[in-house]
Amino acid sequence: MAMGVRGEEILRSALEGSRRDLSRLLSLIESGQEINVHTQDSWTLGVTGPPGSGKSSLIGNFVNYWSSRGDKVAVLAVDPSSPNSGGALLGDRMRMPSADSGDSVFVRSLATRNHPGGLSAYISTMIDCLAACGWDRIVIETVGSGQSDYRIAAFADRILLVDGPDRGDIVQAEKAGIIELADIIAVNKSDMEGSEKAAEAIRSALSMDENPPPVHLVCSHDGSGIDAMMDDIENCTPGARSRLRARERLISAWDFRLLNNPEINGVIDLLETGSITLEEAVKRLIQSEG
Amino acid sequence: MKVIIAKPGLDGHDRGAKVIARALRDGGHEVIYTGLRKTPAEIVRATLDEDAAALGISTLSGAHDVLIPSICEGLVDEDLGEIVVFAGGIIPASDRSNLHDMGVRAIFGPGTNTSEILDFLSEISSRKESGEPVGVGESSQWRWE
Repeated sequence: MAMGVRGEEILRSALEGSRRDLSRLLSLIESGQEINVHTQDSWTLGVTGPPGSGKSSLIGNFVNYWSSRGDKVAVLAVDPSSPNSGGALLGDRMRMPSADSGDSVFVRSLATRNHPGGLSAYISTMIDCLAACGWDRIVIETVGSGQSDYRIAAFADRILLVDGPDRGDIVQAEKAGIIELADIIAVNKSDMEGSEKAAEAIRSALSMDENPPPVHLVCSHDGSGIDAMMDDIENCTPGARSRLRARERLISAWDFRLLNNPEINGVIDLLETGSITLEEAVKRLIQSEG
Repeated sequence: MKVIIAKPGLDGHDRGAKVIARALRDGGHEVIYTGLRKTPAEIVRATLDEDAAALGISTLSGAHDVLIPSICEGLVDEDLGEIVVFAGGIIPASDRSNLHDMGVRAIFGPGTNTSEILDFLSEISSRKESGEPVGVGESSQWRWE
C-alpha cells in the first residue's frame, strides 16, 4: 500500500518530534503501508534467546543504563500471536519497569501475526523511522526462540543471545545455530544454581572458535554483571554477516509478500479440502503475483 | 483491536485482569498487560506508545474515583481522546455515574461473563467505524449497560 497524504502528514509530524504521531506511524507500518523515509544510520541490538531466559527483564536494565546516560532508547518487543484466534497477549512491557519512565524511552509491543521467523519484514522500516526520529539506541526483542531462529540477523547489527542456567549438557552448546551468530552471550539469572556451570559450558564449547564471543554471567534482578556486559555491547563490532543478512532479508520480504497475497486464504481453503495439490497451490500463488 | 489492560495504584490483585487479558486474546485481540502498581501517568504513556484503541482499567482497591478520572484526564491531555476506556473490579453503583461522566464507556463488575466484554469491544469497533463518538474525550452519552 502506497504512502497516502495522511501517511505523509503523520511522518512529517513524527519527524518533528510528535510522539503521538511516531506511535501512529508504527501502526501504519504494521498494517502494511509503505513509508518512504530516508534510510538512516541506526544503532541496533537484537536480543534473542529461549522463552523465559529473561530477555525483557535484561532490556529493562539496558533502558536504565542508556537513558541515565542521556541516550534515547527505543524497544520493539515481539511476542507470538495465537495461531487459533489471531489474538496475542503481549507481556514484554510488564517486565520492563522503566518502559513508561520518561521521554527518552519508547517501548512498542508487536505481535508476530504469525509471520515466519517471528519477525516481519516491516521491522526494518520501523527501525529506519525510529532512527530518523532521533532514537539513538534501537533494541529488537525476538519471541522466545530456538536454536535455528536467526531471522534477527536481517534486522539487527549486533546480536545478544540470552540464556538461562538450566540448559542441559555441554552438547547443547556445541550444536550449530544461533549460538554461532551471537556477538555477545549472556547467561542470565546468575543468582540461581547452575548458572556458573552453564556459562562455563558455553565458554568451553566456543573455545575452539577463532574469535569466541564474550560470555557474561548476569542477573537482571540485582544488576550484577550488567555494567561489564554493557561495555562489551558498546565495544562490539557488528559481526561480518552481510550475506546471511541479505539472505534473511530476502526470505523475510518474500514471506511478507506471500502472507499479504489476496489469494492466500482461498488457496488454503482448497488445500484443506484436498481439491488441489501443494504444487498447484504454489503455482497458483506465483501466477497471482503476475 | 489493540487493547491495554492496566492495573493502577496500590492494588496487588490481578487475577481478574489476567483472566480478561486471556479472554480478549482468545477473542482475537492483541492485548498488552501493564503489570501491577502503575501510576496514571505510566498507563497514559503505555497507551500512547502502543497506539492502543482501547484501555481497560482494573481496580479493586477502592481508589477508582481518584485513579480512573486521573487517567481519563491524562489521555485527553495527550491527544488520546479517541481511546475507548472501560473499567472493571469493585466499583460501587453510586460511583459509576461520575466515571461515566469522565468518559468511561463501560464498567464491568464481579460476575461479568468474559463474552460480554468481547461483545462490548465489537460494539465499539462498529461504532468507531461508523464515526460515532465513543472515545474518552469525545462527547457522547452512550455507554454500555
